[in-house]
Amino acid sequence: MDLQLEVKRVEKHFGGIHAVDGCSVTVTRQSITGLIGPNGAGKTTLFNVITGFYEPDGGEIWFNGNRVDRLGPHQIARKALCRTFQIPRELKEMTVLENLMLVPGDQAGEKIWNTWFLPGRVRRQEREIRRKAEEVLEFVELIHLKNEYAKNLSTGQKKLLELARTLMADPEMILLDEPGAGVNRSLMKKLVENIHKLRSQGKTFFVIEHDMNLITDLCERVIVMSKGRELAEGTFEEIKKDERVIEAYLGGQV
Amino acid sequence: MSILKVEDIYSGYGETEILHGVSVEVAPREIATIIGPNGSGKSTLMKTIFGLLTPTKGRVTLEAEEITGLRPDRIVRKGMCYVPQSDNVFPSLTVLENLEMGAFIRDDDYSDSLEEVFARFPLLEERKSQRGGSLSGGEQQMLAMGKALMLNPKVLLLDEPSAGLAPKMVGEILQKIAEIKESGVAILMVEQNAKEGLKLSDRGYVLAMGKKRFEDEGQALLNNPDVGRLYLGD
Repeated sequence: MDLQLEVKRVEKHFGGIHAVDGCSVTVTRQSITGLIGPNGAGKTTLFNVITGFYEPDGGEIWFNGNRVDRLGPHQIARKALCRTFQIPRELKEMTVLENLMLVPGDQAGEKIWNTWFLPGRVRRQEREIRRKAEEVLEFVELIHLKNEYAKNLSTGQKKLLELARTLMADPEMILLDEPGAGVNRSLMKKLVENIHKLRSQGKTFFVIEHDMNLITDLCERVIVMSKGRELAEGTFEEIKKDERVIEAYLGGQV
Repeated sequence: MSILKVEDIYSGYGETEILHGVSVEVAPREIATIIGPNGSGKSTLMKTIFGLLTPTKGRVTLEAEEITGLRPDRIVRKGMCYVPQSDNVFPSLTVLENLEMGAFIRDDDYSDSLEEVFARFPLLEERKSQRGGSLSGGEQQMLAMGKALMLNPKVLLLDEPSAGLAPKMVGEILQKIAEIKESGVAILMVEQNAKEGLKLSDRGYVLAMGKKRFEDEGQALLNNPDVGRLYLGD
């Protein structure tokens, strides 16, 4: 098996609370892997550690054979490991298209020198980025809203925009934090289709989700977290029968 | 005879209906606990009972008086207080000022209530001149409950009082809730930690997808294997 992401005995403490407490999980290349568990199990904290938003207090994280646990969020994003947020973080006062065009780093137009002395280069690059952004919007079916302010989108559309923003960075692996929360059924179907399509194009997904229907539709393998560490893993059918998993959801001691 | 009766409530946000006909009740001097998976409508139910959301159908009765659709500030005057899950203290006010804000609508002498709250939560008296925002999560939860108790409510609604607390603090908070009940307050709470919550409850409800799926004595619910399976989508 080709392991793209390896989390080894990772720890993250906040004062006396061990939010992630020696957690080890792996994600196979080109898989859609689910991460479930009761509230407070440490799922989002683990995502925050993996993507560099928190520095871990212990353990190692390997991505594509490189150790990434001391890198910042922007460095990890450049290594093609991207994420979405549970609460969409769109730039409200910008249009949908502008939200996407901001993603690629090191744009020529960011330097005032270039805007005066190399306007052609700035224009060419911007045209390319715009074309790519429009392609991505076509893909997630938000193209009709490209000139709409991001703040005016529905919750479900904002979730699609989150996914679109990660795609602008050409990620190899995408971490989705509750993609289904607050999304209506028809948009949810679209989201599921998109994720399957992207996976068949070679991308890997690691998904936190509480909606078990969505987990069933998406994931071939599911990891259960409880009290800051992995508790069980397998197909969703296997997981469902695991007494320890049910115990964990009820808040019992494991 | 129930002190709080919630009958066949339909409620939600805008066009999104979250609760599809939910009924729960609490008797005097009783703790009733609502559990259920994420997104099952637990907090929506609490907000609807307290008048923060208006139900499209159904009825809420407090001590034989219908309060459906009343504003929260009216409901508070009728003797029911609500402690939200988060952001439930004024971070820039001191502990004492927070408690005084809890008594905002009282124009009588509330020093007795203040003494009672301090007796119940000695820690709050020790920290009375400290800012609310500087307290730990568990201490803030105690302050939020103390604030609600400043009005001597007959019914207390608690939304996930133990969420996000250190394990040791969870036990302490639940112990305080049991004590508050002993003092004669009826409590309806939503609790993430189903096991610990149901253990001290007289009555328990399980919500899933906006509907009531089970109701029983606390301990009996815990022993029901179907309850656990609900969390995994069955």
